[in-house]
Formats: sequence, C-alpha cells, structure tokens
Amino acid sequence: MIPELGHFALILALLLALVQSILPLVGAARNNPVWMSVAKPAARAQFLFVAIAFGALAYSFLTLDFSVVNVTRNSHSRLPEIYRFTATWGSHEGSMLLWTFILGLWTMAVTLFSRHLPEDMMARVIGVMGLVSFGFLLFMLATSNPFLRMEMAMDGSDLNPLLQDPGMVVHPPILYMGYVGFSVAFAFAIAALLSGKLDASWARWSRPWTTAAWSFLTVGIMMGSWWAYYELGWGGWWFWDPVENASLMPWLVGTALIHSLAVTEKRGSFKAWTVFLAIGAFSLSLLGTFLVRSGVLSSVHSFATDPTRGLFILMFLLVVIGGSLLLFALRASQVGLGGRFALVSRESFLMVNNILLLTATGAVLLGTLYPLFLDALGLGKISVGPPYFNSVFVPLVTPLIFLSGIGPLARWKQVNVPELAARLKWGFGASVLVAVLLPFTLGEWKPMVSLGYLLSLWIVVTVAIGVRGRMRTSAGWSANFYGMNLAHLGVAVTVIGVTMVSNYQSERNVRMEVGDTITVQDYTFRFDGVKDMVGPNYKGSRGTLEVSRNGKPVSTLHPEKRIYTASGMPFTESAIDYGLTRDLYTALGESLDGGAWSVRLFHKPFVVWIWIGAVLMALGGLLAITDRRYRTSRKKGSAKA
Amino acid sequence: MKRFLIPLGIFIVLVGFLAVGLKLDPREVPSPLIGKPAPDFKLALLSDSAKQLSPADLRGKVWLFNVWASWCASCRQEHEVLLDLSKQGGVPIYGMDYKDQPGDAQAVLNRYGNPYVETVVDLDGRAGINYGVYGVPETYLIDKNGIIRYKHTGPVTVEVLSKKILPLVKELQQ
Repeated sequence: MIPELGHFALILALLLALVQSILPLVGAARNNPVWMSVAKPAARAQFLFVAIAFGALAYSFLTLDFSVVNVTRNSHSRLPEIYRFTATWGSHEGSMLLWTFILGLWTMAVTLFSRHLPEDMMARVIGVMGLVSFGFLLFMLATSNPFLRMEMAMDGSDLNPLLQDPGMVVHPPILYMGYVGFSVAFAFAIAALLSGKLDASWARWSRPWTTAAWSFLTVGIMMGSWWAYYELGWGGWWFWDPVENASLMPWLVGTALIHSLAVTEKRGSFKAWTVFLAIGAFSLSLLGTFLVRSGVLSSVHSFATDPTRGLFILMFLLVVIGGSLLLFALRASQVGLGGRFALVSRESFLMVNNILLLTATGAVLLGTLYPLFLDALGLGKISVGPPYFNSVFVPLVTPLIFLSGIGPLARWKQVNVPELAARLKWGFGASVLVAVLLPFTLGEWKPMVSLGYLLSLWIVVTVAIGVRGRMRTSAGWSANFYGMNLAHLGVAVTVIGVTMVSNYQSERNVRMEVGDTITVQDYTFRFDGVKDMVGPNYKGSRGTLEVSRNGKPVSTLHPEKRIYTASGMPFTESAIDYGLTRDLYTALGESLDGGAWSVRLFHKPFVVWIWIGAVLMALGGLLAITDRRYRTSRKKGSAKA
Repeated sequence: MKRFLIPLGIFIVLVGFLAVGLKLDPREVPSPLIGKPAPDFKLALLSDSAKQLSPADLRGKVWLFNVWASWCASCRQEHEVLLDLSKQGGVPIYGMDYKDQPGDAQAVLNRYGNPYVETVVDLDGRAGINYGVYGVPETYLIDKNGIIRYKHTGPVTVEVLSKKILPLVKELQQ
C-alpha cells in the first residue's frame, strides 16, 4: 500500500510540475498576474508530493518490504538500520528521487526567501525549475520507477559494501544539494534571457543562491574525496575517475560563476558571460548525471547502468541544455557588455580567472570524454588517467592560485601598477624566501614543494594585506569581504595538504608475519596477526598493528578484510590513525602462506589539510551569503555601468 | 550573434558523440605497426628494478604484450580474462606498466592477482610512444621473429581472445 501511495504521489507531482512550469511562464510572457501567481502554490504542492514519495520509499526500505524490487536489490535483512535508510538513495532509482526531492527543496527555498523578487521574475524562475523537475519525474516514472513491485522475495541482495559507510549517509545528499543548487542560478539566467532584463540586480539576486550551492558542492566533493581515501583502501584522495570529474566540472564552472557574478553586480560587466556560466554550471551537473547514470563511461565506482536510461537522459540534455544555449544565442547579444575597464584592473584579473577555470574545465571534460569519443569512433575502450590530468591541470591551476592573491587587492576599472607593486613587494619577497628555505627543514628540497609553499604563503600574505587595508579604511563589517578571504585561505590550506602528501608520502607494501616490525618515517608498525571476525552481514579477518614512535605507543590499528555474505563481495577496510600533521594509513592485502599477510603501510603528511581547506572554502561561501546587501530591497544599490 | 552560437554548436557535436557512445561497441583497430618489428626498449622489471627486459630477450617465442596501469579502470575489466589466460598457459603475457607509480601497480597485482610473466615499468611513457599507445589498455601479439601481428585496443574480452588472439597464436606457434 505504501509503495503505491509513493508511486501515486510521483504521478501527482509530475502533473503539478507541468502546471508549475507552463502557467507561470506563459503568464509572464503575456503579463497575466493570475497565471503568474500559480507559481508559488504549485511549486509548494509539487514539493509536498515528492516529499511524500521520498518518505514512502524510505519507509519501504526501513520496513524491509521485499515486494519492492528496489528494496530487494539494495537491502538485506541483516543490513544495519542506518544503512537501510541510506539504501533509499543507494540505488539508481532512489538517487534520482533524492535529486528531485532536493530540487524541490531549492524551489521551496526560492518561494520562501525571494519575496522581494518582481512578480514576473519569480514566475519565470519557478517555472524553469518546474520544467527541470518535470523532466526528472518523467524520467523516473518512464524508466526508473523506484516503487516497482514483484513477487515477494525471501531476502534482499544487500547494499553495495562500498556504500555501507557512515560517510554515505550524508555525502550524496550534500553533493546533490550542490549539484542541484546550481539549478537556481540556471533558472535565474533563463529568466533574465526570457525577460531581456539583465541588470546588476539580477546578479545580486542570484549571487547568494549560487554561493550556497557552491558551498554545498565544495563540502560534497570533499566528503567524496575523503570517502575514496579511507574506503577504497588504495590510499589516494583523488583518482580522476569519471564520477569524480562529474562533480569537479560543475564546481570549476561554479567557481568561475561566483567570480563573474561579482563583476556583473559591482560593475555591470561580463553580463552575457555570467549568463553563459550559469547555464554551463547546471548543464555540467546534468551532464554529470548522464555520465554516471548511462554507463557510457567505465568508472571505478560506477553504479548499475542501463542504455535506455542513457537515451532518455540524453534527450533531456538535448532539450534543457540545447534549448538554453539556443535561447542564449538568440538573446545574449541584447544583454550588452557593460562597463569598460583597463587592461590592468580587477575586472581583467577576474577575466583571467574565468578563462583559466574554464580551460581547466575543458581539459577535465576532454579527458573524461576522450575515451568515449574514441569508443564512438570505433577505436576501442581506453582509460585516460592521472598522467594526463596532472600534467594538464597543475599548470592551469598554479597561475590561478597566484592570481587569487592579487585580484582582491586590485582596484576596479584601472589598477595603479606601481602602487600595487609597492604594496605587495615585501609580502612577495617574504613568501619566496620562506618557500625556498622551508623545504630544507623537511629533509629534502624539491622544486614542487617550494612552489606549493609559495602559492600558499602568497595567499596568506595577500589576505593579511587585504584585511589590514580594510580595517584601516574602517569600511565596516562586510560578510562578503571576509567570506571571500576565508575561502581564499581555505585554498592555501588545501594547497599545503596536496603539496605535502604528494611529495613526502611514504608507502610500504610488505609481507609481514606475526611479530614482524616495519618502520615508516619515524613510526614502527608491529604486526600482531589476524583474527577471524563476524559482522552483521559479513565475515572477515581483522588484523592488529601496534604503532609506536621512539618506543612509545602511538596507536593500535585494525585493518579488515571482509566478505559480504549476501553478495560474496570481498572488501578491504583500511584503518587510519588521523593527525593534524600526518595520517598513518594501513590496509590488509592478501593472506599469504604461513600466517603471513601482505600489508600496506602509508605515512601521509598533512593529508587532512586538503579537506580542512575545503571546509574553510565552504564556510567562506556561507559567511558571504549572510551579507546584508542581499537582504535589502531591490531598489537600493544597483550598480551603474 | 554568431559567436553566441558557438557553445550550442559544440554542444550539438557532443550530443552526437554521446548518442553514438550509447550504442557502439569497441572494435578492432588497424595499426600501422602490424607486420613491423616490435619497437625496441630496455626497461626495468616491476618485480625487481635491478633487472631489465627487452623484446630481443623474447625472440623465438610468441608472446602477448599488454599495456596497463593501476589508474586504468577498464584494465580491471580485462584483468580477470588475462588471469584465466595465464592459468591456461597457452601464451605468455608480458605487461608494461604505463605512466604509473610502481607501488600502485604492485598493489593492484597483489590485490587482484598477477597474470604476467614479467611486467616492465614505463615510468614516463617513452617506450609507450614508440608503440603508439594513446591510452590503456592495449594489447599486442608478437611472433617468434619479433614482428607485431595483431593489436587490440581496449580491454581484452573472452570473445576477442577465443575468436582472434588464440587462433592466431596457434598459427604463429607452428
């Protein structure tokens, strides 16, 4: 009964989404206030029914209703309760429902927090979001019904062991909050193109929404990277896997969008460009969904895939992205270019920022799709991996990070170069000096380490100069300003983490018998053997490693090797001793003869800094949203070009 | 207006590729190297970096040369197939670990099993260039005189093995 209710709620939501899109959009075109006023109630009702469907699916999973195909395939009577709930979005169908649910959340938020929007703008934004929602609901009902029933099964085939992890409880919802959140910026952009009104107030409305989505996406990606680090058992934090790239690309374009929105709001420039980026960020979210869901690419952590679904999503992409780009081509020239600026100005720095970010996105997109292009041309299935991405990505990101130090200190319109140089020379000199000398204290001098330090110190120094300058002029508290600086500091922290772990990580891949000791850096690992163990839905072996440093005990680690009973899937569960300056990472390999095991031992300096930096970036974003300016009425403070 | 049409144009091309990608299967590719001597190299072994191997050492044998890497997702697909083949022992498989960290490669072999008689390490991909490697995995069949007789791009499947590679191996071994 409950699954049928959920199914029915989805059908009602589909109809409401149609109402939510057609009436307001047509109403806005004809200037009919009654039709436009349908937008809000229709959107709220649609969300209500999607929420009911989501609740019904969660209920089916929690009560182990094995008459529902989705539950049978992704759950098991022995599955711990928390993962039963997580399994709600552990499948393709469930994650599409989560996608739609989160889109509903964002639409709800727009109806609640954008009272100051003009009626026609509001109608168009909600109408466009309704169209997207309609597409996803239709997709679910036509090809991926999460409530499909079958003959009652005895038991389920269990949730993918990779997903049986506390991180998976929160990672997908947060990642989707980011992914889907760009739909708001997208809807604003389409609304602006439809109305032909693209002024500074448009940028000011969409800025906090974009920043919020970006912050969620930052945390979502960070959690995904962290999950890959501790759960895949390989000891890396980024693999350039198509699934990871699918979330990185909208993040890169979203980052460009945040910066170009600043120019559009403050100076009225970059208008058409900003609209293009807003379309681009969301389009890449949709493309990511296609790449992950359709099975056109092979990935280390790809999920169940199906070409008919791929075809549907492709049609959907064609309509949404193709339609938007067509609209862009028709209307963008009317939007205008906005204020002029000199060759050296904050605008031009931000333009270079945008070009670099977009080039990086293009490089990632090319690397991700190159195997697909070859396949489509009948040239075989291949992988493009870290060698390509690292050699392309690092040279693009290095100048970008360097510029993020100068940009915020540069004046709009025109920079007085000698004055700026005078302001920065001490900071730059100090950064270079420390960056060159500091690696000597770590034992071995490496050019890439000095470069990493230089970039990081440069950001710290320029942030300090900027903040001090602000305090002197007593311009008062600006959440936007301090948020930006916090986010930039986050970049500095992440750069340190990446630099240290990629240059100083030590790894030992050894055969150990009971009682053997191996020393990695200063840490001595003693292998105390392996015991059999039984978990709720798996059996396995649990190793014990005593870690000590200079004879003093540091930690006891228990890496595991598990076999999940329902699926028979073997699985490596690493054990990590976390620390601010280093992680000790251990994983069990194969059982060898005579009670010996192959064991992997890593010393990973400063690896947590990668994720701490990402958290700072997201916090910076959230701080920026609280800026007073976004809550004042639309009449005040519109910038003149 | 023309320049605003560029994104749309690029997108349409992309959709074309995606649409084809949904349908097509990988096929055999002609390679300019077929019928030519296997390009020479002298590379360190993964198992023991003090020892080296070069194609000349394998003269008189028919052998499979498989280019792979730990970071390559589709290599994992063919790994099972190669493991089965190595157990049957019809033809020796030599691997080349392409642009990879030896530690990562060894970890993959430890974790999933080792189908290779030996694996050579092509750290910077220079040997790979001579073979025209544009992505991994790629597999070459080389005859007793060191001539490349067949090239397969993408994961080796059971079908490719039974229909193309193994019959050709039998023919060449006579």
